[in-house]
Amino acid sequence: MKPAPFTYHRPETRTEVDALMAELGAEAKILAGGQSLIPIMNMRLSSPAHLIDLNHLRDEHAEPVLDDGHVAVGPLVRQSSAERSALVTDRVPLLAETMEFVAHPAIRNRGTVVGSIAHADPAAELPAVLAVLRGEVVARSSSGRRTITAGDCFRGPLENSLEDTEWLEEVRWPVARDHQGFAFEEFARRSGDYALCGVAARAERSGSTTTVALGYLGMGDVPVCIELPALDASAIDTEIEDAVAEVVEHQLDPGDDIHATVAFRTHLARRLGVTAARRAASNAEARGES
Amino acid sequence: MVLKPGESTRIELTVNSVAHQVDVEARWLLSDVLRHSIGLTGTHVGCEHGVCGCCTVLIDGEPARSCLTFAVQADGAAITTVEGLAASDGELHPLQESFKTHHGLQCGYCTPGFLMTALPLYERAPEMTDDELRRAISGQLCRCTGYAGILEAIRSAAGIEHSRKGDDS
Repeated sequence: MKPAPFTYHRPETRTEVDALMAELGAEAKILAGGQSLIPIMNMRLSSPAHLIDLNHLRDEHAEPVLDDGHVAVGPLVRQSSAERSALVTDRVPLLAETMEFVAHPAIRNRGTVVGSIAHADPAAELPAVLAVLRGEVVARSSSGRRTITAGDCFRGPLENSLEDTEWLEEVRWPVARDHQGFAFEEFARRSGDYALCGVAARAERSGSTTTVALGYLGMGDVPVCIELPALDASAIDTEIEDAVAEVVEHQLDPGDDIHATVAFRTHLARRLGVTAARRAASNAEARGES
Repeated sequence: MVLKPGESTRIELTVNSVAHQVDVEARWLLSDVLRHSIGLTGTHVGCEHGVCGCCTVLIDGEPARSCLTFAVQADGAAITTVEGLAASDGELHPLQESFKTHHGLQCGYCTPGFLMTALPLYERAPEMTDDELRRAISGQLCRCTGYAGILEAIRSAAGIEHSRKGDDS
């Protein structure tokens, strides 16, 4: 249970990180919080030849910042800092609500928001939240920057869509608008464990109709984001059951494992989906009135 | 800075207010450096993948898993371990006293992790709901006590501290 030897790099600027990534590519892993990387290194499931430690980068924000319609989170913002951020609570309420479901407090004190997105674990909460909010990530390399939508960011289990020489410098969480409401629900055997199923909901009230999008975690190889058909706002309580059941049956493809059968996961997806959709719709209504 | 496999670098760790200079390899975990290089074996190592919580210490005042931190990452940091709790004359910290009083431990293996997790929050624990307190310590596993004694111990520690201060005045 000790990591294999590796070469350790401690750059001080983002440009130095670019140069290291250009040189080392797939041989290198970025180390920020390390709360997902170090366990798999301890278990020798991963033994990267090089680690590039971001913790000593100069002039990095320790907290999320507001930037042109989104809340931007830099590479060294700890999950606990996002959890405590008044800006996040105010502008990205879904992220604020979800933070306490991410691992445990001691893990969140070290783990970073950007790291959780880069790790692309389909059972993790933050990728599903980013997907349902239609957020973006910013990848950079020595040849420049590019913005990737959340929908294009996750390619498979623990696989993001970055090139070998790219690394993530920012995750952008869209600011909640009026008439939008959100909710997060998950079921785990123990608090802080990977959830058997979880769902983030975004609802939007427009005139007399409400549209709901659900972002599922633990139900496929990547976060699964589904838009429900627009529903008449006054009938949402009765119609949401069937709408969720329909998408769960046709658009989710959960796996069987020692923790839960397909039938149980499907049941959870339906119940949690309905609960989250209802709550998000009712929050959308409340925000619209305020 | 570049550190190749097998090479060491000297780092500075302030552990329980004592400054240490330690030579470490990049792959050495903070938990192992505390135990093997500095000789503070009060920090226990259980699962080594962040689940059990035994190895929890304070890094710059905040609980963190020492098994999920490379020592070289903690260069320049202030670390608090369970050895930093009791007074130099051996008087137990109120939190330790409370664990003893309320059957907050049996075999004691998980105890250092529980104590370090509870350290930043025990003063506000009397006002926390059961649910909040359980969630706050949910990252720590105990296989002996069933947790009820641990919750009681954390909740009662502030009272012990206050009554001690009362005795002093």
